[in-house]
Amino acid sequence: MEVNAAAAIGAGIACLGMGGAGIGLGNIFGSYLAGALRNPSAADGQFGRLIFGFAVTEALGIFSLLIAFLLVFK
Amino acid sequence: MAAADKVDPIHQFQIHPIIPLHIGGYDLSFTNSSLFMVVTIVVASAFLYMSTASRALIPGRLQSVSEMAYEFVSNMLRDSAGKHGMQFFPLVFSLFMFVLVANLLGLFPYFFTVTSHIIVTFGLAALVISTVIVYGFMKHGFGFLKLFVPQGVPFVMMFLVVPIEVISFLSRPISLSVRLFANMLAGHITLKVFSGFVVSLSALGAVGVAGSVLPLAMAVALTALEVLVSFLQAYVFAVLTCMYLNDALHPSH
Repeated sequence: MEVNAAAAIGAGIACLGMGGAGIGLGNIFGSYLAGALRNPSAADGQFGRLIFGFAVTEALGIFSLLIAFLLVFK
Repeated sequence: MAAADKVDPIHQFQIHPIIPLHIGGYDLSFTNSSLFMVVTIVVASAFLYMSTASRALIPGRLQSVSEMAYEFVSNMLRDSAGKHGMQFFPLVFSLFMFVLVANLLGLFPYFFTVTSHIIVTFGLAALVISTVIVYGFMKHGFGFLKLFVPQGVPFVMMFLVVPIEVISFLSRPISLSVRLFANMLAGHITLKVFSGFVVSLSALGAVGVAGSVLPLAMAVALTALEVLVSFLQAYVFAVLTCMYLNDALHPSH
């Protein structure tokens, strides 16, 4: 197979990893919102933890995006 | 890839020397990257200096902005690293302002984004992690290694938990630097790709010009998103720095 075509396919497959990060981020913000609506007074205090979870989860999606970039713009 | 061939989305990240300088086989040229690091520091320092020069009891607009930034970072540090963490306030505040101003300056057209290069962000992350390691060993001696041994774990599980903790500690500088770098890189590439669509659609004639309104609107919306991302990534970088410093201050968790 031609190398460029294989790299393009690989970049597409690498982007699948971002789907997992998307599920995780949806879970984090959904759970935060559900908790915040039950107890709005406690919501502000957990904002830092929300962002921390967001950052750690998002990093994994970014890693797969990075692999896709490396394959496309090599 | 037709649009990408005409408008090269990664051309904006190229580094070219402004003042060439070679010492002992090393390339120490003053590049456009160095120039924008200097610009970042000058803008941040000038803003903080000028806004707090009057030291009014009732702050004006500029002074409240810099006071807000100060309060924001000091609250963040106090919440995650406690009272003793405040000795690291100059480090965390400088990192936050540098990353924030570098990210925001990078959004201007034809400006170079310093934080879109992994060597810059890895330098910042290495500074944070080496501060954590050096301070942790200075303050606690070998007690710092308790960081890798969580309390209340059965002895048999230690063989599994300790390697995981060590690996998670070692991957911190990588994830801290790659997160910031990849976010800025991805955002700027996306902006350039959508701007490229405007150019290549306009070349198609009257219908194309009418259709190019859509990617233009998208580029405007993405710019707004990038302002948010710039701030969020600076915040995330500073928050994670605070949490890692907390490990150095209180290793037994």
